[in-house]
Amino acid sequence: MTALPAHTEKKLGLVIDLDTCVGCHACAVNCKEWNTGGDLAPLSDTDPYGADVSGTWLNRIHSFEVSDGDDARLVHFPKSCLHCDDAPCVTVCPTGASLKRTEDGIVLVDEDRCMGCGLCAWACPYGAREMDPVAGVMKKCTLCVDRIYSEDLPEEDRIPACVRTCPSSARHFGDFADPDSEVSLLVAARGGYDLMPEQGTRPVNKYLPPRERTVLPTPARTGDDGPPLTGFWKWLDGALEKLP
Amino acid sequence: MKPAFSVICFTVLSGTGYGLVVWLALNALLQPDLPVARLGYPLAFVMISAGLLSSTLHLKSPARARFALSQWRTSWLSREGIAALATYLPLLAVFWGLFVDGRHWHVAAVLAAIGSMITVFCTGMIYQTIRAVRAWATPMTSAAYLLAAITGGGAFCLALQTIFGTPVPLPVSLIIALALVGLMATKHFWWRNLAAPSASTVATATGLGKPGDVSLFERPHVTENWLTEEMGFRVARNHAARLRRMAQVLLALPLAALLVSLTVGATDVPVPAALATVLFLLGAFLERWLFFAEARHTVGLYYGASHA
Repeated sequence: MTALPAHTEKKLGLVIDLDTCVGCHACAVNCKEWNTGGDLAPLSDTDPYGADVSGTWLNRIHSFEVSDGDDARLVHFPKSCLHCDDAPCVTVCPTGASLKRTEDGIVLVDEDRCMGCGLCAWACPYGAREMDPVAGVMKKCTLCVDRIYSEDLPEEDRIPACVRTCPSSARHFGDFADPDSEVSLLVAARGGYDLMPEQGTRPVNKYLPPRERTVLPTPARTGDDGPPLTGFWKWLDGALEKLP
Repeated sequence: MKPAFSVICFTVLSGTGYGLVVWLALNALLQPDLPVARLGYPLAFVMISAGLLSSTLHLKSPARARFALSQWRTSWLSREGIAALATYLPLLAVFWGLFVDGRHWHVAAVLAAIGSMITVFCTGMIYQTIRAVRAWATPMTSAAYLLAAITGGGAFCLALQTIFGTPVPLPVSLIIALALVGLMATKHFWWRNLAAPSASTVATATGLGKPGDVSLFERPHVTENWLTEEMGFRVARNHAARLRRMAQVLLALPLAALLVSLTVGATDVPVPAALATVLFLLGAFLERWLFFAEARHTVGLYYGASHA
């Protein structure tokens, strides 16, 4: 039901490390692959081999240029549902298809009740929900609810597909309600933050900022450039210096 | 935001129909002339029902609309659905009174008017409560929805009275004039508010650096997607000021001229009255189109928008 739970026993979510993300899009690809073959309607593509290819994705990777004085750096920015504590997408839903689970805080869509009005996607400030044009229902990240509680998958696969596939360990999955969990410790150690806190959504997912850049020491220079002179060239340099 | 034709039709047609129900109720109380009511109520009924049917056209799975009344505790869309259906009950009672009993059923008329206003208020609240669209998240949104419905319904009622040659009491003309002034003032400040900066910037959306330091380098993909089409609508921006003036002229001038002519005693003007009503409705469609087309959603910040 679309009333938000006052408290969830667990707060399952992701930590995304913007320092180590290399922007390879593997998390998005594995997300699409896993979620197109689960119990829910497949994630459709329209005009898949044409010029106007478009598709439904639950995770997308944006890239931002961040300038700092004369310096600039490229930050790859994966974005999926943040499983907000105060999820505006849930309360606006007229049919009860949108819900936030009391047991683990996961925000889900009950596709058998979704009438495809799209109001929840309007309410989400992050663009985490996308209408599937073929299935006619709203799609969103399920935090791979069919993986994390699976009893058939090997233990190491019982994490969201995006986390499992990330080659640079930029994604971490865990329970934010537990202060000693890996994700809680990461957030505390690295200053994990919320996206658009001013929207009042209280997201569960946290982002870790890029670390300060290591500035390499500038080597001491003797001449205008290049390594210090030695032998004949050092003598010649000195001799030329003495000339009037 | 993408201006969905079905939603514009719904909000304008149903809104005007609900507004007309309010004026017909007032009319029933002030001067119970049956001809105006016998044409007015069916007209309102058709506008309301056509609008409501049109609203279902933008649903991707309309069969599941049967669940849409269940979440009235939190959802304004659910509340709107309940209010809309509930309003049909007194409305049908009014019909029974007019066409079977042969007289006005005042209590039913008043209940239908109250239900109408609650429905329009719920429609406005659907948009007003979306914080991600800053232009909408102001009490002026639901105020403008209510005032547009009341003024539009008033224009229709004036036209009907003029056609039937029923005198329009001065207080009625005055209230319609007040509603029109209120509508134009609300929209003026709504448009002014549209230009105000949003608290959400690309800096808060990404958490990277200060505003001005962060810019989109690359979208997730080269083509458009559902989000950029639904929430990144940009067509209106070039002509927004021109379209806005056009809407203001269409809404205000013909109706104001009609009100003045009725007040000074030129009451036998059925054709100009009908024309003024049609022009107002055109202005209302344009205003509603701009309401969507000009509004920016915060998701644009992730796709290169300079502000939300």
